[in-house]
Amino acid sequence: MNPKIEVSGLRKSFGSLTVLRDINLTVEPGAVVALIGPSGSGKSTLLRCLNLLVIPEGGKIRIGESSFSFGDSSKLPGVREQARFRSNTGMVFQHFNLFPHMSVLQNVMEGPLSVKNMPKAEAQALARRLLAKVGLSDKVDVFPNKLSGGQKQRVAIARALAMEPEVMLFDEATSALDPELVGEVLGVMRDLAAEGMTMIIVTHEMGFAREVADRVIFMRDGVIVEEGPAREVIENPVQDATRAFLSHFHNRG
Amino acid sequence: MYQWHFDIVWGYRWLFLAGTAVTIGLTIAIVILGMAVGLVAGIAQISRSPVLRWLSWAYIEMFRLTPLLVLLLWFYYALPIMTGIKLDALPAAIVTLSLYGGSFYAEVIRGGIVSIEPGQSEAGLALGMTPARVMRRIVLPQAIKRMIPPLMNQSIIQFKNTSLVSVLAVPDLLYQGQIVAMDTYRALETYTLIAVIYVVVLLPLTAIVKRAEKQLAQSN
Repeated sequence: MNPKIEVSGLRKSFGSLTVLRDINLTVEPGAVVALIGPSGSGKSTLLRCLNLLVIPEGGKIRIGESSFSFGDSSKLPGVREQARFRSNTGMVFQHFNLFPHMSVLQNVMEGPLSVKNMPKAEAQALARRLLAKVGLSDKVDVFPNKLSGGQKQRVAIARALAMEPEVMLFDEATSALDPELVGEVLGVMRDLAAEGMTMIIVTHEMGFAREVADRVIFMRDGVIVEEGPAREVIENPVQDATRAFLSHFHNRG
Repeated sequence: MYQWHFDIVWGYRWLFLAGTAVTIGLTIAIVILGMAVGLVAGIAQISRSPVLRWLSWAYIEMFRLTPLLVLLLWFYYALPIMTGIKLDALPAAIVTLSLYGGSFYAEVIRGGIVSIEPGQSEAGLALGMTPARVMRRIVLPQAIKRMIPPLMNQSIIQFKNTSLVSVLAVPDLLYQGQIVAMDTYRALETYTLIAVIYVVVLLPLTAIVKRAEKQLAQSN
């Protein structure tokens, strides 16, 4: 079977700061990959490159059927191509980024309505189904400012799923949450993984990564230092850098 | 002690009323046109195109930094010499005031747009919206709420700015007042009455702005 995601030779720098150097990565359909590493390691930038919120300087990205090449010789994708590419990946942000001027239901309907031109009744049915799935059927008419962090993030996941993406990207989805609210969001992510969604997760939750991810990728200074089966990398890291990083989580898994 | 004689001025009430109507009508026109110009220039300020950014910057600064009276005289007296286009007093006044107001509105609109957290745009883009759709569906609906109080403030200033068009003999409230004052030699009564009319027309508007600001504070 063809990999769902293929990244090769990906490069990105902000001014003189190189954030990603020669990243190569493949993700099989239905696989869950956890990206771990210290802050500034480039893991969030890599994730944001995958849906073009950050435009890479070089390399190639393929997700499903669509692929883009970046670099001096290749022309930058136009805004419409970028939009089409992004609609195929669901993104969940650290700070939720729900639309405060829309109700929970409208937040989830917005993508299908305005990107896919889905009929309103159909979008509403889809949104209600997804909100039920993340356990928020009773909050459909509420506005985001009345929700807890955990509820907001579950709405954000439902909003991303409403586009029926081929892959889901999670950018530190639980980092901004109070500890007692982390579990409900991880629960939704665990269900998604079990359903066979292809997922890339930037996370500091080592216990979750070990349990749910198939593979763990450890990044530092813009390169992939170590990757392998989740349990192996987290329990028996080969590289010193990985070991040093994981030692900070010793009592937290 | 000065003897007030408002009864003399009372005889000219229809003239004052006509002038007030011109002032209000003129304000409505320049507020609508100015906001349209300001929206275009404000969005051009944050466009990806450096040419659009430069052009809108040049427009905004040129009009924002020139005294309105100078602009009015320039559009009425200098523009025809330069271009051969001769505008009547009223169109010249409308064009000048709209462009002048637009430069201030543009800054308000630009400021409102950039005040929306970048995460909002990112969330819209991540769903697959084009940047134009993100602007229309996500950013503007939130930004407009924040823009309303400063836009209304600017419009109140625009209302008062219309008094300058009297130098082009546009028959606004002040221009009619000047006629009355010359006719009656009652400058004190006339100009006091004019000042009162400006205040009375604007008072409800400022109350609306205050209420809008309060509602805005509550909704956030």
